[in-house]
Amino acid sequence: MSTLSLHESPLQDAHLTAGARLIGFAGWNMPVQYTGILPEHRAVRTSCGMFDISHMGQLFVSKNGAEAWLNTELTNDVAALAPGMAHYTLLLNAQGGVIDDLLLYRLTDERFLLLVNASKVTEDEAALKASLNASLDLLNASDSYAGLAIQGPDTARIAEALWPDGPTLPQRNEVITLPMPHGEAFVCRTGYTGEDGFEIFLPNEDAQDLWNQLIALNVTPCGLGARDTLRLEMGYPLNGSDLSATRSPLEAGLGFFVSMGKPSFTGKEPLIAQKAHGVKERLTGLIMTAKGPPLRASYEVYDGETSVGHLTSGCLSPSLGHGIAMAYLPTALAKPGRELEVVIRDRRFPVTTTKKSFYRHPSS
Amino acid sequence: MSLPKNLRFLDSHEWIETDKEAPAVGISDHAQSELSDVVYVELPEVGRILEAGEAAAVVESVKAASDIYAPIGGEVIEVNEDLTAEPGTINTDAFGDGWLFKLKPSDPSELDKLLTAADYEKSLG
Repeated sequence: MSTLSLHESPLQDAHLTAGARLIGFAGWNMPVQYTGILPEHRAVRTSCGMFDISHMGQLFVSKNGAEAWLNTELTNDVAALAPGMAHYTLLLNAQGGVIDDLLLYRLTDERFLLLVNASKVTEDEAALKASLNASLDLLNASDSYAGLAIQGPDTARIAEALWPDGPTLPQRNEVITLPMPHGEAFVCRTGYTGEDGFEIFLPNEDAQDLWNQLIALNVTPCGLGARDTLRLEMGYPLNGSDLSATRSPLEAGLGFFVSMGKPSFTGKEPLIAQKAHGVKERLTGLIMTAKGPPLRASYEVYDGETSVGHLTSGCLSPSLGHGIAMAYLPTALAKPGRELEVVIRDRRFPVTTTKKSFYRHPSS
Repeated sequence: MSLPKNLRFLDSHEWIETDKEAPAVGISDHAQSELSDVVYVELPEVGRILEAGEAAAVVESVKAASDIYAPIGGEVIEVNEDLTAEPGTINTDAFGDGWLFKLKPSDPSELDKLLTAADYEKSLG
């Protein structure tokens, strides 16, 4: 892909100043790393790092009836989401496959913000518009907002230094609206790393100032490389790798975020059948504790002489020092402790199935 | 930095010594910097006969696996076992302790076809 056709983050100059190496990602030219994936990963696990997430999409849904309509579009129970709170949820196709996984912010009783994957903004918007109730507003504001994720055990200290006169950092999964020179910002105590942290979406014009303030507070710039190893250590799925239009949230182990008690939502019927008969395959964690090459997406998994699946994500876990991966495996193999093999360059290496939460914070 | 003058290069960033009977092969400082954080190295078997341009080793960073090609043909007579425990040596000393394997050249004149240090440096722009 030519770099000319890629979107530029409003923080592009800041990235280059910080020594970033940029790569094409979901149509955006984004930092993959600055000093290196390992030190950036470590910064988030031990102090504080920040990620440019300006590529993520913002869809606003508002007006009377927004809750009821969103409840027919998304899997989690919007009625149970209080104003000022956020939850993780999924947008499915009619077959029960995942179009996108997203965060839903309930800003007020009748105003919602959907934070969606960059690669899926267009598809999400089209899917939602197809069934949009004429009395509701749906606004794709993705081009107007930059985003930063501040992540790590020092987050609370950083937030106090950043905002000495308030606001107070919201509680976990709480959203606050913050006035900025060029408009509103939304701050939510969420993240994709397993560490304490918050994500802030703010007007493009205000992003550079916030970045500079965080640099002055010694927050480590981190790229997509560390973002991927950090999320994988927590077993968080990445849409397009671990989630797809042909895999249901039940197969992906995301049943917790699917409210089967709701009267109806897109994709519910196929899930009822899956619940009744059990899923054939489940997204399963795999670890390779013996010395070996890093596990990577697409490597084939064997149970004896039988090919049983392919890795959807994999890496050498920087925190654990061994290989971790995920794969859709037959349900019979998906319980922890099964000995399988992964083929890497025509050689087989032993792996063991495990729960997907590979990494546990030392203090928890 | 200026490149060691006793090395010749491939445009795929491998280097080989020109002044040894059993020249060492490695990857350039530029290549290690592009890869960053080398976490795993797969070395050829001692005794393996390589042809010029054949994939001989694999260097893996956190992000990607890269094939390393033999700059010239020859027999692998020694591999850098220290890299198995300390693959990051490639990052800290690409032109020295980060060497990968040593070859007994089958045709030393193949060295003349490779990029000189000056030509390789120019190719990096």
